[in-house]
Amino acid sequence: MTRITVQVDDESYTDEVEPRTLLVHYLREQLGKTGTVVGCDTSNCGACTVHLDGRSVKSCNVLAVQADGHEVTTIEGLAKNGELHPMQAAFHECHALQCGYCTPGMIMQSIDLLNENPTPTEKEIRAGLEGNLCRCTGYHNIVRAVQTASGQEVAS
Amino acid sequence: MIPVQFDYLAPESVEDALAALAEAGDDAKIMAGGQSLLPVLRLRLNSPEKVIDLSRIPGLRGISEEGDTIVIGAMTTHSDVVESELVGQHALLLQKTVAEVADPQIRHRGTLGGALVHADPAGDIGAAALALDAEFVIVGPGGATRTVPASEFFVDLFETAVQEGELLTQVRIPKHTGWGARYEKFVRVAHQWAIVAVAATVKMEGGTITEARIGLTNMGSIPLRATSVEAALLGQPATEEAVKAASATAADGTNPPSDLNGDSDYRKHLAGVLTRRAVLAAAGS
Repeated sequence: MTRITVQVDDESYTDEVEPRTLLVHYLREQLGKTGTVVGCDTSNCGACTVHLDGRSVKSCNVLAVQADGHEVTTIEGLAKNGELHPMQAAFHECHALQCGYCTPGMIMQSIDLLNENPTPTEKEIRAGLEGNLCRCTGYHNIVRAVQTASGQEVAS
Repeated sequence: MIPVQFDYLAPESVEDALAALAEAGDDAKIMAGGQSLLPVLRLRLNSPEKVIDLSRIPGLRGISEEGDTIVIGAMTTHSDVVESELVGQHALLLQKTVAEVADPQIRHRGTLGGALVHADPAGDIGAAALALDAEFVIVGPGGATRTVPASEFFVDLFETAVQEGELLTQVRIPKHTGWGARYEKFVRVAHQWAIVAVAATVKMEGGTITEARIGLTNMGSIPLRATSVEAALLGQPATEEAVKAASATAADGTNPPSDLNGDSDYRKHLAGVLTRRAVLAAAGS
């Protein structure tokens, strides 16, 4: 076992983990943060996306020990004082989800996308979300949600 | 799926990493960004006793220039390469190629050196490194350092000049300032591995191609140079007709694989088409 200290959603945690523990399993099973989900288990689908030191990563493709001394933000850390994050609100407003399974990862990646490019074109949004799979929506409303969150006009 | 049990080592210097590697021998795997290694461990295709993580070694990450060369630390992430003004200015082909690796999340973690040493024949960066005549700085037991040209770096499937007990520390790219570039990648799904891809960079004077370098991805067990196309492009105008004619031999001498994405002959066809597209785009960029 290895001792790690990780800042997760603005709280510090110190835990013993096996080196083979994936970050997503640490978040879900040791911290109880089940908002981050495991989708494909092959690092394709992006459902497990979180931010590590402010950049999006697939948490099934990072070891918990690699997060030692670093800062993680999950979908559970976005809402502040009961207020949804603007990206969460935009997903809600634009009906950017159906079954909802891809949504935590989609929202985390969409926030990363706007951090890097505050006013992306539709094409840039689709490229920026290439590592996140959705099997329900056909992506259209997800793209609209990101456009909305970026303050851009959305064609109706 | 979770990997089998292993010991995790996170050395804080190259010397300590080499010592750990020497002690562990065959039983260790080096982890750079881990974006190819962790899927392999999760699927239990490999079960090392030790994983040596290089991410806590300072000095292996960063991009600088030394005279006519761009020097990139092996642990520099893909996104650092894509965002680098130095790389954009002097090695545009590398920047455009790395921007096509996997997806944004993977590019935040994955490293230039890790991807090159992993040497997946469908991996993107080898073709660009080959086309740009990159050099690879490898350090071995006792700190002995050697430099290997790209033409000798790729040995076979998942095998490079980096031997057991050695580490890649730097990739050195001769400046190609002002060269146009394009990485033309053919995939079925946006963030998947290339079925075939072509890395092209050209130097133009007026409307004429005065130098050309072409690297091919997934046309064999290692990245390849399409030298006959490079020669045929010299002195040609960057017109559809001329570039198409010069690209016809792109697949000459190659022996690409057949798999579910396409058979060998299809890949040879793709190589010609993608070379034409890549060169025309590079000439116009």
